[in-house]
Amino acid sequence: MKVTVHIERRPVIADPEGATIARSLADLGYDDVSTVRTGRTFHLEVVGDDPEHIRKRVTEMCETLLANPVIEDYEVAVEP
Amino acid sequence: MNVELAPEEDALTEEPGENPVDSDEDLLHRRLGLTDDEYERILDILGRPPRPAELAMYSVMWSEHCSYKSSRLHLRRFPTEAPWVVVGPGENAGVIDIGDGWLAAFRIESHNHPSFVEPYQGAATGVGGILRDVFTMGARPIALWDQIRFGPLEEAHNRYLFSGVVSGIAGYGNAVGVPTVGGEVAFEKCYSGNPLVNVMCLGVLRREQLVLGTAGAPGTVAVLLGAATGRDGIGGASVLASASFDEAAGAKRPAVQVGDPFEEKKLIEACLELYERNLVVGVQDLGAAGLSCAVSEPAARAGAGMRVELDRVHVREPNMTAAELLMSESQERMMAFVSPALVDAVLAVAARWEIDASVVGEVTSDTALVVTYSGETVAEVPAASLTEEAPLYDRPLGEPSWIEDLWSNSLTHMTQPALATALLRLLDDPSLASSAWVYEQFDHMLFLNTVVGPGNDGNLLRIKGTDKALAVSTDGNGRLCHLDPRRGGALIVYEAALNVAMTGAQPRGLVDNLNFGNPEKPEVMWQFSQVVDGISEACAALGIPVVGGNVSFYNETDGIDIYPTPVVGLVGLVEPVPVTPPRLSRATAGMDLWLAGPGGSINLAGSAYEQVTFGHVGGRPSAPDGTMARAAISLGQTLVQEGLSPALHDVSDGGLAVTVAEIAIASEVGVTVDYTDWRHLFSEEPHRFVFAAEVSNRRRISEAAQAARIPAERIGSFDGTDITFRREGARAVLDLATASATCRSALSRRLA
Amino acid sequence: MSGIGVVVFPGSNCEHDMVWALEALGAETHLVWHRDTDLSGLDGVVLPGGFAHGDYLRTGAIARFSPVMAPVAEMAESGKPVVGICNGFQILCEAQILAGALIANRDLRFICRPVEIEVVDTDTVLTSAAEPGAVLTIPLNSYEGQHCDPDGTARVVARYVEDVNGSQNLAAAVANARGNVVGIMPHPERASEEILGSADGRILLESLVASSVGSRT
Repeated sequence: MKVTVHIERRPVIADPEGATIARSLADLGYDDVSTVRTGRTFHLEVVGDDPEHIRKRVTEMCETLLANPVIEDYEVAVEP
Repeated sequence: MNVELAPEEDALTEEPGENPVDSDEDLLHRRLGLTDDEYERILDILGRPPRPAELAMYSVMWSEHCSYKSSRLHLRRFPTEAPWVVVGPGENAGVIDIGDGWLAAFRIESHNHPSFVEPYQGAATGVGGILRDVFTMGARPIALWDQIRFGPLEEAHNRYLFSGVVSGIAGYGNAVGVPTVGGEVAFEKCYSGNPLVNVMCLGVLRREQLVLGTAGAPGTVAVLLGAATGRDGIGGASVLASASFDEAAGAKRPAVQVGDPFEEKKLIEACLELYERNLVVGVQDLGAAGLSCAVSEPAARAGAGMRVELDRVHVREPNMTAAELLMSESQERMMAFVSPALVDAVLAVAARWEIDASVVGEVTSDTALVVTYSGETVAEVPAASLTEEAPLYDRPLGEPSWIEDLWSNSLTHMTQPALATALLRLLDDPSLASSAWVYEQFDHMLFLNTVVGPGNDGNLLRIKGTDKALAVSTDGNGRLCHLDPRRGGALIVYEAALNVAMTGAQPRGLVDNLNFGNPEKPEVMWQFSQVVDGISEACAALGIPVVGGNVSFYNETDGIDIYPTPVVGLVGLVEPVPVTPPRLSRATAGMDLWLAGPGGSINLAGSAYEQVTFGHVGGRPSAPDGTMARAAISLGQTLVQEGLSPALHDVSDGGLAVTVAEIAIASEVGVTVDYTDWRHLFSEEPHRFVFAAEVSNRRRISEAAQAARIPAERIGSFDGTDITFRREGARAVLDLATASATCRSALSRRLA
Repeated sequence: MSGIGVVVFPGSNCEHDMVWALEALGAETHLVWHRDTDLSGLDGVVLPGGFAHGDYLRTGAIARFSPVMAPVAEMAESGKPVVGICNGFQILCEAQILAGALIANRDLRFICRPVEIEVVDTDTVLTSAAEPGAVLTIPLNSYEGQHCDPDGTARVVARYVEDVNGSQNLAAAVANARGNVVGIMPHPERASEEILGSADGRILLESLVASSVGSRT
């Protein structure tokens, strides 16, 4: 099954890259942008057909490797 | 952040308070880490119960980290004076005069606990913090050094911490644009749950640009420069469970501080422009304790008060409480104190460098720190009560019961090993092997000052536009200090001084970073006190003033303390810059190999040989000898300044065998060493160094050694493609290619 | 204003080193702030190393929109020398003034050490004084140093002697068709004095100074 994992800094953690990009967009005239948060997306193909089991496995992967839970939040989406 | 040496007359001495056993754990002050006695003291100072924001300020300012309450009493024993000292301990960085209107500013600081929690950001923000300490003084930071210690690389978590810390230093240091030119990497079991990450920064400035962390006269305006304030690193774990600080949802856990080297780079350039144009009265960086520290310390130093309006602080997050704003440790912020007439000019400089700035307060003629938020007074305390009147503890000292046993636990009856195998094993040890894997990830060349770079004993940085160069060596040795903290403390100072002399320089000033376990244990405080004495004795013997430092306590995991691990950073001066700067890579075939230093004694206690070969740590290191140390330093300087040797190397970790092998590897030339007792090859007895020299210099070298009153003898020569140890007819041979490949790949192989 | 302009973006850090090395060769230099748009009179321009705009988003991605880049592009068009070093090279690629892109090193580690490069094209503003085939030792200092050129259109000016970072065709420096715009990953200014370990980079900077003087109209 296809699984998408999206990882972003936790909201209270500073995101200097996002802030710099927001400032640069404003410079280019896109001053309607108030906030930019950066993140990473991972596309996984996981063997199996039990979405809940796969979600559990991928969540575990986020906790151990894909994300750093100290500073990052993650979202796991299992495609039907 | 620096209040380590508060004026003695203002400090009170008392026994640390104990919480009663039947305590109510819900008391806010306890959850903020304040003892009941400390709370009583706040009641005395204020004459009323503190408001939440006031309690928050006291809790961070009176923390061990900020107030040095357990260590201050001992730190006073350091010798701190010399005619060339411009600013000693107590400011953001120490400053020495290096002649012709030039000053050098430097400081060292630890980021041990943050690096354990999040190695990349912990190390990165450590770099950012030490840079601010130095450019706060008006100096342009010109170089960084890293002293990093971890548990054995066999454990996956240590590999994660090590590579994370190295990446964090590279990620921040390279991008902020200050070269990392040296340091030390070591691995030892005791650092497994508690890595040490100490960073030193050196800056230079013209005398007229020196700025102090003072708030200036009443009417002076406080301008907060740099990053917006968020809920980063607020007060540590104890605070954040508190109901009082719960108003904003999702902010309960302490947020790891994230470094932004780009913001810091702009902040450096903006501040240097402010100094150059003489637009500020004083400057204070925001580090530990954030805004609380940045308003109270400068006001206290100026003997003044301050009025602060928190509504004017530029913030990253909405709905922050007063306590959060005062305690936030958001990175890349500075507080500038500016005459009212110059505020517009300061704001214009900030705008040009594209950093945010807000006017947040004003110096007042009384001595009160008054903080308002949303029209309400949230704090009103005597400014000095947060700093100079912080508690001072004379904690009990106790010689460990095990120390005598440790001293008598020497390895005896060792037989001569296969020398080539023994050497190869040492060269493969991660603490002794080449650290190129680390320093090649750091920009160590920026600014075109790096005359002697990483991989050498000391580093040499020229100062463009002068004929001067500054030499720096950072040194630590937890094993020696564990075996004998007093001797160990002295030995690291002597080693650093000799390293600096290996570039031709004269030692001028020292900063220390004292990493210790739990100070509430008498044996840890004993170790601390002994190390302070050892460092003081060596500094006194060499005439080196201590101009600043940092103390990190509570380096323990599961009740096990780290080895007492003081680290020193020594700055020396050489003028003129040696025409051919000495480097380990400059020995060539046909040169003699010399050994200088006291001969005779052999002591393998604390040596890498015993540790690596037998896993043994025991015995007692030899006492250092100040006279011999001065002689060795003097000879080293002469050899460099008179161009008598192109490659010098002090004998330390791994002993003579490793020292000589390192020159051979760096110079890509073989070497033959004559020896009489094999133990001489691995002993780490102090005040010794080896050097390569042309045959034609023999007579002049002997004369120089005699003049310096130190033995020096030829013990071999450079040639061929092997490292050979020779005694009577017997030879032990290690081919250079194998030695080199092993030494260079020791780290990368373990990380693969 | 004549001489060579050295552009300063927020986050640049090699601008003063470049000025130091060029002035040691007798060149007149000017620091140019990234918001400046008047480069008239300059004989050439250098985009120095560093981390313009923090290297956020992609290296060079934000810097290419800095106001100074419009006149830099005009100078490139008019045939005057435009040289990008390290981060400057990344910006020129991101601005599509040079072919290809610079991505993370093959081993995903920052590399700071001297490397050998071979000059394979001497018909550019940065290599005109060098001998064809000359091997120079010049420090590399980059994380995004791997040049990739999917269209295969880059004109390679110098190659790494050993494959240090995975660059396609071992490209250490590339030029535009006319040879007046050159990007180079290693830092010639860091190899401009013996006391720093190598003076091999001087020949490149001498080429730039001579080309700039020669471009005066």
